Amino acid sequence: MNNLIQNEMMKLLAKKRLVIIGIIVGILVMMFTYAQYKQVKEQQEKLGTSDWRAALQQQIIDTQNRLSSNRMLDEWREQLEVSLKQQQYYLDHDINPSEPGAATFTRMFLENAIDLFIPLLIMIVASDLVSSENSQGTIKLLLTRPVERWKILMSKYVTLLLSVSLIVAMTALLSYLLSGLVFGYQGWGAPVITGFDLKGANVDVSQVRLVAQWKFLLMDLGLVWLVAVVVGTLSFMLSVLVRSTPAGMGIMLAALISGAILNNMVSSWESAKYFFMVNLKLTTYISGTAPPIEGMTLLSSVITLLVWWGLALIVSFAAFTKKDVY
Amino acid sequence: MKQVTLSVKGLKKKIGKREIIKGLDFELNEGEVFGFLGPNGAGKTTTIRMLVGLIKPSSGSIHICGYDVRKEFTKAMQHMGCIVENPELYPFLSGWDNLLHFARMLPKVDESRMNEVTELVGLEVRIHDKVKTYSLGMRQRLGIAQAMLNRPKLLILDEPTNGLDPAGIREMRQFIRKLAEDEGMSVLVSSHLLGEIQLLCDRVAIIKNGEIIKTDTVESLLSTQERIIWRVEPLKKGVEILSGYTDITVEQNFIITAYDEVETPEWNAALNQAGVKVHEMNRNLPGLEELFLQVTGSGGARIE
Repeated sequence: MNNLIQNEMMKLLAKKRLVIIGIIVGILVMMFTYAQYKQVKEQQEKLGTSDWRAALQQQIIDTQNRLSSNRMLDEWREQLEVSLKQQQYYLDHDINPSEPGAATFTRMFLENAIDLFIPLLIMIVASDLVSSENSQGTIKLLLTRPVERWKILMSKYVTLLLSVSLIVAMTALLSYLLSGLVFGYQGWGAPVITGFDLKGANVDVSQVRLVAQWKFLLMDLGLVWLVAVVVGTLSFMLSVLVRSTPAGMGIMLAALISGAILNNMVSSWESAKYFFMVNLKLTTYISGTAPPIEGMTLLSSVITLLVWWGLALIVSFAAFTKKDVY
Repeated sequence: MKQVTLSVKGLKKKIGKREIIKGLDFELNEGEVFGFLGPNGAGKTTTIRMLVGLIKPSSGSIHICGYDVRKEFTKAMQHMGCIVENPELYPFLSGWDNLLHFARMLPKVDESRMNEVTELVGLEVRIHDKVKTYSLGMRQRLGIAQAMLNRPKLLILDEPTNGLDPAGIREMRQFIRKLAEDEGMSVLVSSHLLGEIQLLCDRVAIIKNGEIIKTDTVESLLSTQERIIWRVEPLKKGVEILSGYTDITVEQNFIITAYDEVETPEWNAALNQAGVKVHEMNRNLPGLEELFLQVTGSGGARIE
């Protein structure tokens, strides 16, 4: 089995796919870093003052004043206290909240990349793992060795998992390293608000708390990895079922884009929540944005994704071990 | 007693309702080159793909060195090497990495064996170049090298001379004969090139529409078809006399009969007595080509 995985890695590396993905990520990160930098600059000009400490101090005093008011509802009071703590942290640690460093950039980049960008990168590897053997005809050599078919597919799947992990790690690392050149490499300890619980139109803030950014980042990374594995497995299945790589890629791309569109308009079509592509934005649950369909939670989304993942895996192995190769 | 390396019994394949292979039976012995001959679409490739486990037969059994291809797939494959259609290798890897790739999939194949097969096919100089820079002939050799890695007892080559130039074809032929004679391998070769099979194979199976029409040694297949071509004058009288002795066909100015060691001189004497002038008596050993066309029915015998 190790030998087989070694083979797959050898082919993957010889095709230089990972290098291409690295270059794509690098270029995009640089673009976003520049855009972010421009935005920060503009904001600073608008505020008219480079002395953000004074402004932050003023904000804190305002918040304190509101807190001292008696007519404050309890739940609002809690939320205000949390954001007060966050502001105080920025002031104490001399961090400009509008220019928060590479760690924050990385977090935001991952959160925005989770539903389309990362899946696209994964597709570059996953969609031709099997179909390229078909189109090159090398599948005939591969399947006439004294090795069972399921082992061959398993070695390819393990390779997929390895490269998915590598791509996620590479994306995070590149965005940290490159944006750090501009924003500085600080921000690991910065507090991030989490714990919003959205119940219909009401926001339940009883669980709201501050989490150190590095912890938050780890959670984000875990979710991004999960999404990447699911999308990778689905493209892998298409690669087994559809002989041509472009066709498989097209189907997957259509699904992903339709997911992005559906996210904006399915709030009344409730059963759409069982589509995998509507469930890809997992990070929104911990950063506290409303999900596209009422009733969707982190747990329900993860379960939906896992069901798709399991089915895709079963279909892949069943099809690969049974099909006639012409 | 020579060992049977490949045994096929009652092999059938249905796709949908159509039966494309209608029950094949044949055996290959050690050290034998067996030709699989048929027109395009006869079922050669489908059969070969069933032999190597790419396609599941609808019924029937295939044993390689005694191991059932379906039930003991890995054991059966350990004794077999194959090239199905063109030797499709990874163009983005070097020849050596391609060998390494397939060596890793086999038990007990080490670097020295890889060097051995490289030498065997004469690719030492270019083995570390990328396969995409290879000519078709070199790819064919690399294909054979990878098929030989596991020291197979049975080698299955689907259209091995496809796309090779005449020198390459000749070289391939010598190479295959050497494998069979010196190393005692059985080689199954499929081809639609009749001249190729005639020169290369010990035995031939002719397949048409998914059925084996004939299986025999090349020599005996040909000798049953030995004929005499007569040119006589006058033709009409010659036809009368000869048809009294045997079956004849008339084509243009020629009369064709079967050849018979004892009887043919008597026919000739009879013609002479009747005053028919015999200008030519041509003993003709038809090529496999004619035989093939005869048995596959895609044309009659022609006079060369």
